[in-house]
Amino acid sequence: MPETPEVTPLLQVRKLRVSFDGPAGPLHAVDGVSFDVGAGEVLGVVGESGSGKSVTLLSVLGLLGHTHARVEGSVRFRGRELIGLPPRELQRLRGREIAMVFQDPMTALTPVHRVGAQIVEQLQAHGRWSRSAARARAIELLAAVGLPSPAAQFERYPHELSGGMRQRAVIAMALSCNPALLIADEPTTALDVTVQAQILELIHRLRSDFGSAVVLISHDMGVVAGLADRVLVMYAGRVVEQGSARELFDAAWHPYTWGLLGSIPPLAGPRPLRLPSIGGTPPALDALPPGCAFAPRCAAADARCQAPLPLLPPGAHATACVLTPAERGAARLRCLNGSAAP
Amino acid sequence: MLLTLLRRLAQMLFVMFGISVITFAIFFATPGSDPSARIAGRNAAPETLAAVRQDFGLDRPLPVQYVLLMQRLFVTQDLTSFVNRGAKVLPEIAAATPVTLSLVGGAALLWVAGALVMGVAAAAWRGSWVDRGLMALGLIGISMPVFWLGALVNLVTQSRWHDTWLFSWVPPLGYTPLFENPLLWFQGLVLPCTTLAVLYVGLYARVLRGALIEAGTQDYIRTARAKGISERRVLLHHALRSSLLGVVTMFGLDFGALVGGGALLTEVVFALPGVGKLTYDALQTLDLPLIMATVMYASFFVVAANAVVDAAYAFIDPRVRDA
Amino acid sequence: MSAQGTAPLLDVRGLSKRYTVGSVFAPGGRRVVQAVDDVSLCLWPGETLGLVGESGCGKSTLARCLVRLLDVSAGTLHFEGRDITHLGARAMRPLRPRLQMVFQDPYASLNPRRRVADLIAEPLRVHTSMGAAQRLARVEELGALVGLRPEQLQRWPHEFSGGQRQRIGIARALALNPRLIVADEPVSALDVSVQAQVINLFADLRERLGLTYLFIAHDLSVVRQVSTRTAVMYLGSIVETGPTDALYAAPAHPYTAALIAAVPRPQVPPVGAPRAAPVLQGDPPSPLDPPAGCRFHPRCPAATALCRITRPPLQDNGGGRAVACHHPLPPPA
Repeated sequence: MPETPEVTPLLQVRKLRVSFDGPAGPLHAVDGVSFDVGAGEVLGVVGESGSGKSVTLLSVLGLLGHTHARVEGSVRFRGRELIGLPPRELQRLRGREIAMVFQDPMTALTPVHRVGAQIVEQLQAHGRWSRSAARARAIELLAAVGLPSPAAQFERYPHELSGGMRQRAVIAMALSCNPALLIADEPTTALDVTVQAQILELIHRLRSDFGSAVVLISHDMGVVAGLADRVLVMYAGRVVEQGSARELFDAAWHPYTWGLLGSIPPLAGPRPLRLPSIGGTPPALDALPPGCAFAPRCAAADARCQAPLPLLPPGAHATACVLTPAERGAARLRCLNGSAAP
Repeated sequence: MLLTLLRRLAQMLFVMFGISVITFAIFFATPGSDPSARIAGRNAAPETLAAVRQDFGLDRPLPVQYVLLMQRLFVTQDLTSFVNRGAKVLPEIAAATPVTLSLVGGAALLWVAGALVMGVAAAAWRGSWVDRGLMALGLIGISMPVFWLGALVNLVTQSRWHDTWLFSWVPPLGYTPLFENPLLWFQGLVLPCTTLAVLYVGLYARVLRGALIEAGTQDYIRTARAKGISERRVLLHHALRSSLLGVVTMFGLDFGALVGGGALLTEVVFALPGVGKLTYDALQTLDLPLIMATVMYASFFVVAANAVVDAAYAFIDPRVRDA
Repeated sequence: MSAQGTAPLLDVRGLSKRYTVGSVFAPGGRRVVQAVDDVSLCLWPGETLGLVGESGCGKSTLARCLVRLLDVSAGTLHFEGRDITHLGARAMRPLRPRLQMVFQDPYASLNPRRRVADLIAEPLRVHTSMGAAQRLARVEELGALVGLRPEQLQRWPHEFSGGQRQRIGIARALALNPRLIVADEPVSALDVSVQAQVINLFADLRERLGLTYLFIAHDLSVVRQVSTRTAVMYLGSIVETGPTDALYAAPAHPYTAALIAAVPRPQVPPVGAPRAAPVLQGDPPSPLDPPAGCRFHPRCPAATALCRITRPPLQDNGGGRAVACHHPLPPPA
């Protein structure tokens, strides 16, 4: 029986670490994160504020904007190492092979230039496009993302478009050079729920229409559940659980994931008298406990959690939690029925 | 957009009217003083005083006095200066205006160009010795009083080193009208313009640098970088365009004030017979008609400059156009 | 309509708030924005009314009108039976202790130059004649209610996280034993786990102190969790009200149904299940240019000719529910 050859993932991140200088030593915003993104796959990255999810993906493209950040580890895109790549090379990669869409559509576009001109600018930065050809392509893209009267929108300024329309325009711009990977950092957080549904539908179509892989960062588990093939859960700069969407949502293994899923008020069915919640607050980066960073807030923590935990290698359903499969059921009930002391 | 411009024009006229009323009130309606004595100048003869009273209608109600004054200023244009023995005020100002405009216009060109280069370079190489050096230079420029610098320049270029090849082209202090001798006009203005610009270059470079750095933290700059366009284009095409508003505001105010007579120190030091010098002389001799006319003239320029700045906003920032 | 025969705590009839935008000389001329349009609702003691809607629907403006932070353009507003529609600031002062507000942005609603204890004590200083020691005791009591320790109270706001700051805002609102708290998006800026804590806190406080809430949010799941009754707003008016469970289980207004359908569920759909297309296309319209007839008809999948012409009033739909629709959705079989 012939063996299927191993396909190299599109993006391979290994032991990525991003540190900033703090008053008392370096702060690790991202501490040893590893994951893969396959071609055409949708990876969801979930976490709350301070989990390091945005910093992880910003550092892939060198967009941290912080001159004092140190990035270590390995980020390979199509086999090519991105960390340490000269700025010129990185610039050629951005927008052309890896594109990024950010959270706030109201501030994502330069206010003094027309929407169409900004798309044309990206096209012309990465290829030889005549003005008319670039214009035609831009209008085609605006239509593909569902904007009505795309030729008219081409001439408009960003402030003349609504939030939902702007986000579509930003997505159109990001896709203009047919990138293999699209990173979307909280793309719908700032949008109304009905507009969010439309944008999520659009992102879903991207895979079939454009063939792009997508990394979707969100704090909203619902958004991730509807779109992602695989999911990473991040806490305090580390990956605490990873797996397919089904594995995570149907049978998660990490107490933090249980807490996150349990904290969501149900939209149907019986209403709990009290929402299961995770007690306490996320730790400050300069005061991380030894061992598992979540242990102080975990109702199922014990002495094993003080020991430093191994980093998760990318791959199958895995969790950075010492609980054995036998202990999980009882631990989950303990976590969901009583929050740990704050 | 046309409607916006018309609206601005109407506002401008309204403000001008307000200023003229206030100016008039200051000179004519201050209680406890006699405008006729001030208009006629010191040690005026009683007949002069009577003539002044009749000319300006000082025995008639205030609104009538105002109208009479405005009439003399704008309609008949025969406001005369008693101190200067009947010299017509308006032609004096008209003769002085091109001088000031040449001086300030030239300085403005220099300081804007200089500030653009310095500000952009400082922001692009933020934190490096280029940045620190440029900002230090700018600070020195701001700290040097223009009359001191001007005197120093004169000392060097007119006397000490005048005979060297460096400064032999510098003409004697004074102004040559453009149409009389363009080369001399230009040569005579190089040093005064540069001296005046030195103060403003530093200020504008700092403001521009600050605005550029702040623009650099905006989300749309991050988007522009994520698009993969060159860092230079990000700075010039995206950040600079969005940072201009603050600089344009300052420029409007400064230019208006300078043309209105604020460049008087420079004019005095370099012996340029501009509006500033004219005002200075009028203040020395308490020549009231001339002072009134120059105040009106100065306020007109400030208001006009502001109106132009407002129109420029609409041009620079499309978000303002619909407002 | 009285539920138990008791008088409503807050009685709103036909409330409207208009803004005039632009001027005769500006392009577009002078226009009227009807931010809140003929809103009527009642709030009974002990209940939590959830107010849900998207951006531009007027819910924040309505909240501010109810607390009289804004003047009302039309309609009446009765609090504890008293007409407060046009009361001036001075007349409102004695009522303020009983009618408090909690705001959305925990980072902007606390003065960064005051210690937390001072912030919570401020209402006491303004409205009571308590001495300093008494105030401190009360502040510590309030801190304990919301889960803050006494030593934390001497810190500055910037030393706290978003969730903790929201607790401080709640403690401040509770200082004078209010009867009604209007909470304007109190958990929207918080992470989901912190959100759950603050939601639980609201529930605890309601039980212990007998509070009544008007809870405004755009997140439907949160509103369902906290409210006993829910009202849905669209473009300045209320399109549906009813007991929360009934409303969510069987929405009568097409907009409510579309909103509920649009919320992404934290469950992976079964393999092979077809993807539901989003019900509503386009953006929520701007209140500057509302459509004629029923405001929702351009986006409504079930609009008819009648909907284009006549605006449906908010009508009783049985079971304590009301809906403003010519063709309300039938309850599921």
